[in-house]
Amino acid sequence: MFKTRWFASLLSLVVSPGLLFGAATISGKVTYTGTPAKSKTIDMSKEPSCAKQHTTPITTEAVVTGPNNSLANVVVYISAGAPDESSAPSQAVTFTQKGCQYIPHVIALRTGQELKVVNDDQTSHNIHPMAKVNREWNKSQPPGTPPLSEKFDKEEFIPVKCNVHPWMHGYFAVLKTSHYTLSGEDGSFKLPDLPAGKYTITAWQEDYGTQTQDVTISGNETKTVDFTFKAKPY
Amino acid sequence: MGKVFAVIVVLIAFASAVPIITHHWFGTAIELRPPEDISTHGHAIDEQLSETMVEAGLSFLAAQFVLAFFVWKFSNRSANAEIKTFPGGAKWLVIAALALVGTEMLALGVLGQRAWATVYFTPAKPDALQVQAQAGQFAFYFRYPGADGKFGDLHPDKIDEGNSNFFGLDPANDVDSRDDIVTGELAIPANREIHLLMHAKDVGHSFYVRELRIQQDFVPGLDLSVHFTATKVGKYEIVCTQLCGLGHYNMKAYLNVLSQEDFDSWLKQKASEQ
Amino acid sequence: MSVASVQHAQHHAPPQGFIRKHVFSLDHKVIGKQYYALALVAVLIGMVLSWLMRIHLVWPNAPIPGLQLLSKSGAPGGIMTPEYYLSLLTMHGTLMVFFVLTNAPFAAFGNYFLPIQIGAEDMAFPRFNMMSFWTTFVAFCILVAAFFVPDGPPLSGWTSYAPLSAVGPDAGPGEGLGQTLWGLSIFVFCIASLLGSLNFIATTLDLRTKGMTLARMPLCTWAWFITSCISLLAFAVLLPACLLLILDRVAGTSFFIPGGLVISDRLQPHSGGSPLLWQHLFWFFGHPEVYIAILPSIGIVSHILINSMRRPLLSSRVVIYCMMAIGFLSYMVWGHHMFVSGMNPFSSLMFSFPTLVITIPATIMTLIWLGSLYGSRLRITSASLFALGFISMFVSGGVSGFFLAQPSIDIYLHATYFVVGHFHMVMGVASLFGVLAGTYFWYPKMTGRMMNESLGRIHFWFTFVGAYCIFMPFHYLGLAGNVRRYSAFVDDYLLPLIPVHRFITIAALVTGAAQLIFLYNLIHSRFRGPAAPPNPWECTSLEWTMPSPPPFDNFGGKHPVVYHDPYQYGVKSSTGDFLMQDSPEEAQA
Repeated sequence: MFKTRWFASLLSLVVSPGLLFGAATISGKVTYTGTPAKSKTIDMSKEPSCAKQHTTPITTEAVVTGPNNSLANVVVYISAGAPDESSAPSQAVTFTQKGCQYIPHVIALRTGQELKVVNDDQTSHNIHPMAKVNREWNKSQPPGTPPLSEKFDKEEFIPVKCNVHPWMHGYFAVLKTSHYTLSGEDGSFKLPDLPAGKYTITAWQEDYGTQTQDVTISGNETKTVDFTFKAKPY
Repeated sequence: MGKVFAVIVVLIAFASAVPIITHHWFGTAIELRPPEDISTHGHAIDEQLSETMVEAGLSFLAAQFVLAFFVWKFSNRSANAEIKTFPGGAKWLVIAALALVGTEMLALGVLGQRAWATVYFTPAKPDALQVQAQAGQFAFYFRYPGADGKFGDLHPDKIDEGNSNFFGLDPANDVDSRDDIVTGELAIPANREIHLLMHAKDVGHSFYVRELRIQQDFVPGLDLSVHFTATKVGKYEIVCTQLCGLGHYNMKAYLNVLSQEDFDSWLKQKASEQ
Repeated sequence: MSVASVQHAQHHAPPQGFIRKHVFSLDHKVIGKQYYALALVAVLIGMVLSWLMRIHLVWPNAPIPGLQLLSKSGAPGGIMTPEYYLSLLTMHGTLMVFFVLTNAPFAAFGNYFLPIQIGAEDMAFPRFNMMSFWTTFVAFCILVAAFFVPDGPPLSGWTSYAPLSAVGPDAGPGEGLGQTLWGLSIFVFCIASLLGSLNFIATTLDLRTKGMTLARMPLCTWAWFITSCISLLAFAVLLPACLLLILDRVAGTSFFIPGGLVISDRLQPHSGGSPLLWQHLFWFFGHPEVYIAILPSIGIVSHILINSMRRPLLSSRVVIYCMMAIGFLSYMVWGHHMFVSGMNPFSSLMFSFPTLVITIPATIMTLIWLGSLYGSRLRITSASLFALGFISMFVSGGVSGFFLAQPSIDIYLHATYFVVGHFHMVMGVASLFGVLAGTYFWYPKMTGRMMNESLGRIHFWFTFVGAYCIFMPFHYLGLAGNVRRYSAFVDDYLLPLIPVHRFITIAALVTGAAQLIFLYNLIHSRFRGPAAPPNPWECTSLEWTMPSPPPFDNFGGKHPVVYHDPYQYGVKSSTGDFLMQDSPEEAQA
């Protein structure tokens, strides 16, 4: 067991420089047109231990906008054309419940990659990923219990919620590729380390759906791909 | 051994009565009685409760003492001791039970229904403040009709908790719902009747406020309502008393009884947050 | 079926081989012991579950060593999750109500002693009898299997209110396969109970020996007979209710699920059902079930008390009428569980009144017991101590019913620990005191060995005082508005009450541990107890006319003839101060 793992990490050292040969980058910006719905103030009065952690009221995060119509928390990934990768990264992705909020609101991870769910609060949460393709589960995590460790085997955008605190909503974006990123507060994103080839890039926003664009990259260039979503006022 | 039994029964009977009489857990500050009533109807329930307590308590003590006394007196007598029959025999005991319990029942069961009637047989006044309460796993949400005085319709398919649309409003198409005010706490003005319209989103829940002397289930598919008037400004807890799933124990909200002015400004504040 | 053919049907040859003798036995006595053993296993599991719950309630963050082995996801690191607490609560309630309180006083003792007490060789339908036990056993296995299903044991309580119990896994953990198994288990249990009740009724009506008129049946036989009549109607309603619940869960029907429900953000594909329908069906069974649990104990306790007092009751007939009245009224009161359920408020009054009326027969019975104690020659034994303890508990649990029968008070006390205290005392502890009294009383007959009296008394003191320490404070907590079925107390007003809960938990642990004394006595005496004479308690009923333990055909192929009513005590006869039912001798005044 120990031996094979050691062997695998050695193998990945040999293989990963191979990926680095393709040093092309796709970057761009996600924006919206129209008027997005106003973020709503979250009423946490039912859970005083969480409410007191927030000095300014927190708001819903389904649509997070920035200056110049930029759109954050959009998952951008290569949906077709990416080179096959054999195994998921061994590093776990951590999803934290703190102050009755999901931090971060959206996480992206590889199929088969370990997901660690941490409860930093003094109250019990239940983590309920409402998967349709993957196996659905729903577990409580009392304060002081060890982190939950789970994996998803199939590609899916899974809404996750806490029934005890119905305002807590997030997403697990489970992807088959390692070439993914989330748009930042200014809407910008970057997909580095790509070998030359023809790709389909997909951007996914939880309320506005998906958009795709095809890109062909030759050699060592940086290509710009922008996405624009149509905002809904309600 | 019979005498030991008698002594223990008497001790248990006395000890059982102590927290009822002192309203506290033996020598501590832990209060074991209903909190002060803040509703206009609660006093009737409280009176009914204390009357029943006196009658049930006396029956309890009397029965335990008689049991203890007879066991003390008649256990382990010699084999030749004369067997006596209770004076009057079964007939008089039956008559006594019928008379005693019958009057008690008449007093509590029939006359005492007035307390129930004040809660359930009188409709809410037309000028009562209407608030809708929705219970769902595992939180209460409340809705005020807003400036137009009208509640928007509910569309279960539109429920979107990530966007704080807990009720399933459709502001895009339904004008009435646009100014509805949705909150996580129930704020009400003191000394004004509240007509609480109860809606269950998923499974059965219940609305229980000790201080208000109100408990009413939310039943999916049934439009139920309760009405009450709170008389005392303060913050109280609303808890769920119908087993609804894993988060049942933590399903709660606060009831905020405010003065009319405070309530008005609270509502204005909440309206701006929508 | 004519009496002769029934007589013929129940006549069978001595069993051969281990399996026929001890496993698939047709002998009502073996079946009675099997029911007792099953109830014993169930009560031990149920008790351990209550310990785990009590410990978690007062030390919520303390890991319980080994609990993670039972369920890794239910108790990560030994710390119980809220859903696992509710699962334990559900399993505790279901095991206790169905497999202990229905089985032990009624099916176990009834099976063993009803045929003997009426002078029959066996039950009317021995094969049905065997089937009802093994069907119950299957129901038990299905329920226990629910502990080990992937998304956890069911958690909607022993009442399994719809729609929580009906909509399936969307409603959270425990609402998957576990809840379906719960429904199936109870469904199967209902079949077993129906078979058993029919058998009891047929046996009582058809197989009484010569001279055994209805009026000459001992009070416990009367109690089992009345109970089987109640049980026949009650389980006949729960059976289809469980079937409908299972259909809602697996076949997409909507008996109990209305339209427009959104559970965990998912609009449910149901419409037109009624959650209140489940409550009505369940409590139409559920309230009579309370009397199914308590009436046999009332009969057993009366029987033992008369024997210990060495005198008949002031009137056995009145007690029989009272039991009948309770059985009859038990069908008119189910709505008192639903005062705040949204049922029409006028019907609450109609349910409240008969509930209060039940107080009358209950009071009459209590007064008859107390009045009969007067001037008696009470013998104190382990059995009579538990019988006296029963009276004390019956009164304590009964008076709290006075509160809950009134809709207006129920507004405040509904779903609080007051209710928990009430039904645990009157239905749980009182009924179990009847079972324990019966055990100490009939053990010599059932095994041919005497139990240890001193250990029996020590067991009584711990159990009696312990039960009061556990269940009395529940009432006080209820008065303070402490809501039941919470896996932790997080509300501001509940936190100060935790010290009271801690006292209860310690009392529960001690009282529970004291049951080991009983268990030791039960097992040890079976092998090492002194041999029991045929009639150690100088009792009059027919089971004491035969050797201990009785031969397989009870009366050695003869039909006893009965000459007396069952309670000829305090008389002068050749045997002493009592006269056996089958003795042709006339008592001297």
